[in-house]
Amino acid sequence: MPPALRQLLRDPVAVVAGAVILIMTGMAAAAPLLAPFDPDEQFFDGLSLEGAPLPPGPVFWLGTDLLGRDLLSRLIHGARTSLVIGIVANGAAVLLGSLLGVTAGFLRGAVGAVIMRFTDLMMAFPALLLAIALAAIFSPSLWIVALVIAMVNWVQIARVVYAQTIAIAEREFIAATRAVGAGPWRILLQHVLPHLVPTMLVWATLGIATTVLLEATLSYLGIGVRPPTPSWGNIIYENQTYFATAPWLVFFPGLAILLLALSFNLVGDALRDALDPTQRGRT
Amino acid sequence: MPLLEIDGLTLAFRGAEGELPVVEGLSLSLEAGQVLGLVGESGCGKSVTARSIMRLLDSPPAVYRDGAIRFEGRDLLRLDETAMRALRGGRIGMIFQEPMTSLNPTFTVGFQIDEALRLHTDLSRPARRARARELLARTGVGAPDRRLAQYPFELSGGLRQRVMIAMAIACDPRLLIADEPTTALDVTVQAQILELLLELRARTGMALLLITHDLGVVAETCDEVAVMYAGTIVEQAPAERLFAAPRHPYTAALLASIPQLRPGVRRLPSIPGTVPAPGLRPPGCAFVDRCTRRLERCTSDRPALRVEAEHGVACWNPVP
Repeated sequence: MPPALRQLLRDPVAVVAGAVILIMTGMAAAAPLLAPFDPDEQFFDGLSLEGAPLPPGPVFWLGTDLLGRDLLSRLIHGARTSLVIGIVANGAAVLLGSLLGVTAGFLRGAVGAVIMRFTDLMMAFPALLLAIALAAIFSPSLWIVALVIAMVNWVQIARVVYAQTIAIAEREFIAATRAVGAGPWRILLQHVLPHLVPTMLVWATLGIATTVLLEATLSYLGIGVRPPTPSWGNIIYENQTYFATAPWLVFFPGLAILLLALSFNLVGDALRDALDPTQRGRT
Repeated sequence: MPLLEIDGLTLAFRGAEGELPVVEGLSLSLEAGQVLGLVGESGCGKSVTARSIMRLLDSPPAVYRDGAIRFEGRDLLRLDETAMRALRGGRIGMIFQEPMTSLNPTFTVGFQIDEALRLHTDLSRPARRARARELLARTGVGAPDRRLAQYPFELSGGLRQRVMIAMAIACDPRLLIADEPTTALDVTVQAQILELLLELRARTGMALLLITHDLGVVAETCDEVAVMYAGTIVEQAPAERLFAAPRHPYTAALLASIPQLRPGVRRLPSIPGTVPAPGLRPPGCAFVDRCTRRLERCTSDRPALRVEAEHGVACWNPVP
């Protein structure tokens, strides 16, 4: 077992957070088996006689929403959407942003200038407007939404990675590596990239909550995941106006997003420490 | 033919306000197996010269205007990047000033020495490992096996510098460039590192270009000394001769300003003024404003390095 992994498994916080992520992933994968009800079915007895949603109870464990649908089933199915968005969209954004940032930072010169000015342009452009435009061009589906979110979110990552790459390329050990005869590819892949991993990890984990919520925003505007398909984000948005009378409808999906984001952050943090040789064996 | 011959190297940095001349018409030569000390104040262009030999400066901003750097007869400034890469770490090794920052903190010592070997030899993995162990032993690192598995942060400054040296000599270079190798180390470790460099020179016959601002280091180690001032060599001579009878007023003033254990000296002589910054150098001799022996023509004409009996000096009115 590599020392970094061993170090990671020795950290109880990381193990618990990792378990939460695994459970949520398993839940998403086995949603039809785990969910007590059909997430889209509107139950007649899912509403009170006045037509209000039911609070958590023996039949509907986490209560029902405005249309009398079972909240627990919707959350379990919504995990699919949110995980895909959180992991795929955010992962794609981190990869794209890092790739462009590293290229610009390592090559500098004209290529770097073009990439970074393009990044500035994207940054100045309102992200939501861009997302709406992109979503309008492609008909909304889960993967398109993920793509749109990635297209909007890579910008900050590119800037941070660009700055980091330049800072690392100026460090003395890079000159020393060139002085033993290493070529540019070796320097980039072997000596610069490992130093970018902590930055990328932080962004990858911090970005999860942001992307899940961005998906919710898009859903709210009608350009995200198509209703009635549930996602944690659109459950919150659909129900936020009833927060005072039916707080569970916002509380539980909010808690799910929080748990997911927190778990990823904790794992990311622990992973960064585990990968840093100067931290190894310390607590 | 000298092993290394720099001939009229002229180099500028391109910046926002145009080109800034950093090295101006620098010439020096180094014979195989010799130790040449390149001395000068901070900012005079020593490190830039050293990095030019390895072609480590990014161009732009560095612009080579004139001159040649001949190593084993080939002009390094005209070599393509592939040929240059084969030389770096192969025929020419280099060690840097800061052993704290010139090793990659994310890899073990073993990995980094191995990398130098992997880049230049066809040795198998076990052969490389044996060689790395031998290199550490040769550079005076005890318990090589343990050291190979350690990360740079686990080593002291002196040990790190030894590891740097081991990397630089991994492929038996003919020339080792040491850019202020002892500046960041404490005095006892300094002496050990210098001793190690000399011992390696004696054993392998490689030449050593030792860049320093410490005249004491030069006196202890060098066969030949080149004194640099404001981007050019003002004097080059065999070490003993230079210390006994400096000819350039700058060298003379430098030697006079070394503290000595002698009774009766109250105040240490110093050189008035400061080194002119690149871009603000006068058209004549760059030392003219601080010189006690200046003549009329020193302000207008720049003296070239003239060599008489192995003693080169660039001055219109040298110390006799």
